[in-house]
Amino acid sequence: MKTYDAIVIGAGHNGLTNAAFLAKAGLSVLVVEKNDYIGGAAVSRTLHDDWVYSNCSYVCSLLRPELHRALDLARHGLQITPYYGGATFMENGDYLGSYPDPDLAHREYARHSRHDADAKLRYRAETMRQCRLIRDFLLRTPPDPTSLKPRNLKSLAELAAPFLALDDTALYDTWRFWSMSIGDYLDEFFETDVIKGALAGSGIIGTALGPYSPGSAYVLLHHYMGDVDGSIGAWGFARGGMGAVSDALASALKSYGGDIRTEADVDSILVRNGKACGVALTDGTELRAKVVVSNLDVKRTFLKCMDHRDLPDAFIQRVKHFRTRGSSGKLNIALDGLPTFPALPVGSPLIDGDLHFVDSMARLERAYDDWKNKTWSKDPYLDLIIPTLTDPTMAPPGKHYMSVFVQYCPPELDTGPWTDDAREAFGRTVIEQIARYSPDFESLIKHVEIRTPRELEAEIGLTGGNIFQGELTLDQLLFNRPVPGYAQYRSPVKNLYMCGSATHPGGGVMAAPGANAAREILSDLRRPNTVPENFGDD
Amino acid sequence: MTERLDVIVIGAGHNGLVCAERLARAGRKVVVLERREQVGGMTETIEFAPGYRASACAQFLYDLPMSTVDELGLVSHGLTMDPRPLDTVALAPDTEPRVFSSNRTSTLPGMDASAWPAFRKHMLDLAGFIEHIKQRPPPKLHQRDRADLLGLAGMGLALRRLGTDDMREFLRLITSNVYDLLCEHFEDPVVRGAIGFDAVLGTHLGPRSPGSVLTLLHRWSRGGGPVQPIGGLGAVSSALAASARAAGVHVRTESGVRNINVHAGRAIGVTLNDGSTLEAQDIVSNVDPRRTLLDLVGARHIDIGLARRFHRIRAKGTAARMLLALDGLPEAPSGNDRLLRQRLVVAGDLDELERAYNPVKYGEFSPKPALEISVPTLSDPALAPAGHHVVSITAQYAPLRPEGGWTTSRRDAFADAIRNTLDAALPGVARHIVAEDLLVPDDLESRYGITGGHWHHGELALDQFLFTRPVAFGAQYRQALAGLTLCSAGAHPGGHVSGHAGRHAAAAILRRGTES
Repeated sequence: MKTYDAIVIGAGHNGLTNAAFLAKAGLSVLVVEKNDYIGGAAVSRTLHDDWVYSNCSYVCSLLRPELHRALDLARHGLQITPYYGGATFMENGDYLGSYPDPDLAHREYARHSRHDADAKLRYRAETMRQCRLIRDFLLRTPPDPTSLKPRNLKSLAELAAPFLALDDTALYDTWRFWSMSIGDYLDEFFETDVIKGALAGSGIIGTALGPYSPGSAYVLLHHYMGDVDGSIGAWGFARGGMGAVSDALASALKSYGGDIRTEADVDSILVRNGKACGVALTDGTELRAKVVVSNLDVKRTFLKCMDHRDLPDAFIQRVKHFRTRGSSGKLNIALDGLPTFPALPVGSPLIDGDLHFVDSMARLERAYDDWKNKTWSKDPYLDLIIPTLTDPTMAPPGKHYMSVFVQYCPPELDTGPWTDDAREAFGRTVIEQIARYSPDFESLIKHVEIRTPRELEAEIGLTGGNIFQGELTLDQLLFNRPVPGYAQYRSPVKNLYMCGSATHPGGGVMAAPGANAAREILSDLRRPNTVPENFGDD
Repeated sequence: MTERLDVIVIGAGHNGLVCAERLARAGRKVVVLERREQVGGMTETIEFAPGYRASACAQFLYDLPMSTVDELGLVSHGLTMDPRPLDTVALAPDTEPRVFSSNRTSTLPGMDASAWPAFRKHMLDLAGFIEHIKQRPPPKLHQRDRADLLGLAGMGLALRRLGTDDMREFLRLITSNVYDLLCEHFEDPVVRGAIGFDAVLGTHLGPRSPGSVLTLLHRWSRGGGPVQPIGGLGAVSSALAASARAAGVHVRTESGVRNINVHAGRAIGVTLNDGSTLEAQDIVSNVDPRRTLLDLVGARHIDIGLARRFHRIRAKGTAARMLLALDGLPEAPSGNDRLLRQRLVVAGDLDELERAYNPVKYGEFSPKPALEISVPTLSDPALAPAGHHVVSITAQYAPLRPEGGWTTSRRDAFADAIRNTLDAALPGVARHIVAEDLLVPDDLESRYGITGGHWHHGELALDQFLFTRPVAFGAQYRQALAGLTLCSAGAHPGGHVSGHAGRHAAAAILRRGTES
């Protein structure tokens, strides 16, 4: 029987990235995927006629450009087209536009508040400063602050260096920024509800925090730190849907000689003498490898695919308590034509961007209260986008695909697990929210796919339906992610590694966890490193 | 006429008195100026109804080090208290009380009985690091000098002394939320709720808010056991004032300060409400930092960036006080009179506690508030007429200023909510009420002059902790303006009646001497 150098469990974008870098280093690599399609949560699915849905993740910004280049993804077919702008619709019939052009942006803010238009400049400068700081850590393995090993001391010093190089003001502001809420942060700059409401959205997406929960300012950063073609904070579409990212990664992997086997559901990770040595599939097949890498979330990896006797009790406890409660839902809608939003001026380009319908932080916070009470938000925060305005390949000519991300949606209801009826009612809430601002929207609907955390867990295996494989709160970031002491992609079992979003630097289609894990594995195997370090911003 | 002094302390709260006493002991000529007719600030005992007295705000001591009691001779100056901490008794309707004890056997259901001592010990181990921080002034991150580097190194060492596992756990928990922590360790909802309440008491946090483990460790850094002095917390202030006077401090009541006078970029004295002025080498303010800098000094005298930082201090009080005069005792929980003498908590489970928190975010009060209750007359009968009793309640959550203000009808509605919650947990108490007094955060602000009516003079959270308490570039007591020292709970290490900030402020003045 063939013994692979490495088996990667799960063909999500991190698993594929990890496998590609290992294969590039000359390892024989096999990726096993339970579904009959690859991509995990970065997929393009055809679920209704000729419409293509990015039915989980839907926009692209965080994918590290260093990895994009190192794996030559453009040659493997990946095209990312930026989109700009968007609008937040207000209950009073007005809207707040977001324009890429600085003059237009200033004029639009000034239409709501002259003070806030000026404050936006300070806000942007301050937030970008925090962004640049964090970006340096994305392609690095977090140090273990409790370790006195030279390697950890060195990386701890590297971690601290940019902070200590900050001027005094920035140093204190960074300390505050990392621990404060997006609500308090925005209150320091702005006075207008709709402006704060519009900006706060990025502080709560995918996270079971409200805008006034401490720590949500960091989540904002997580959504700002991406870039498209060097434009920090910009977002774009992968042509053909998010599956194009996975397809390009898979193509890169194959070009290095790696293999992918779909419909290969891992039942357990095989451990002999305290070392991982392969996987057993649910059909009984056993596959051998010198190294096993899991792209699954940590609960699935360690609690479902392993014998607890192979792991330390304290580790199991920590994994059990790793927070993976889902908080998001998604609607994918096939439309017969382009819906109109009468609040926007005729011909406004804002419709090409992301649209939102919550115009204050109080409404966002109340939406979060619903989640805490184990029900979906009755006045939800939506991140609505119509990709076909930028990428017409995703629907038949003249038709459109609408992607609606919904915050908040609980993993379980107060009445118990999700039911199909409850899912339909959740979908109704979202559709009605949109219809309040677009009278012709409902009549254009041809098909709707409604996804709650239940579907995310069932289809792509994310425990709790958490889109980041675990909450992005400070207690689960950096050297705490996923488990203190095991934040360097290694597990307590020798030759078993983690490479999913549950590891540093977390979720979003960033591929940094997969790449960082590959670097650590290659180092353990004493193979030459194929994974790029940061390019820096310049 | 201008009198020349070494030090003027504005405000005779506990920190101001401790600071004054320390400075006078070191030979400084000190005057304490108090706006009100009695000393103590929020640490006072009031007669809230004819013949009935109780602690006005804080009702327990958690954090007053015995070393301070001894050094200031508080016992010889009249402070009487049983230093053994009270138990905490969690009450919930139609169920047995849960008794948490630090020195006796706790009575908790099922597995929680064994989980509690282990959990408490673990938390106290971690809180040992917080206590290390509390005992010292925070090092500067800017313009680091030798002392700052030593301070940082000391913190690093103290953290390392926790050992690898506890250090890891500390670095994780310090930003975590108490809701998930308690769900990891305990099964019983009432047990979870009662411990969760300890974390959020006096804060603008719910149990699910990240940062609520920090506030728990802060409260528990000296063991977390509550102590009640005879005569209420006012007795602490009286003893502190007596100790200060004995050291030579001149404590002047009814001497409100209108302005801190600044000359050539330096605080040189104060103008009192009656127009008289006093000058001194050092001006110490026990008034909250924001009011001190923005109202008493005035923003025009400080750097605009620094002024903005003081303006941004988060200080929205959420705790209200309700004092009840009773003509008889309510039924003791499960007929056990001893339990009625302890610290009683009515917080429900963690979800109820979180739901009690939700309204305050929108400027509304909790329809079902969480309560911390004591019946101080059981150990201190002099607080009420013979045979009568006082029930002292801290209730959360109440907004600082609801939309439309604290109107009479809104006050009544909130008082009803408190009484209903109380009566469900202590059946029969309502029919004994002969008088009551309700203090909402807005009242605390106007009565004690504390911004936001916030007990800690500013929210206790990582962004307002250590290096950045009260503000960045102002955390070392003497940084905001030459000649001015901050000594209130708004400075490091924050609230609870501990005197830490007063001690650190006095030490800062003595260490540097007066700048001439």
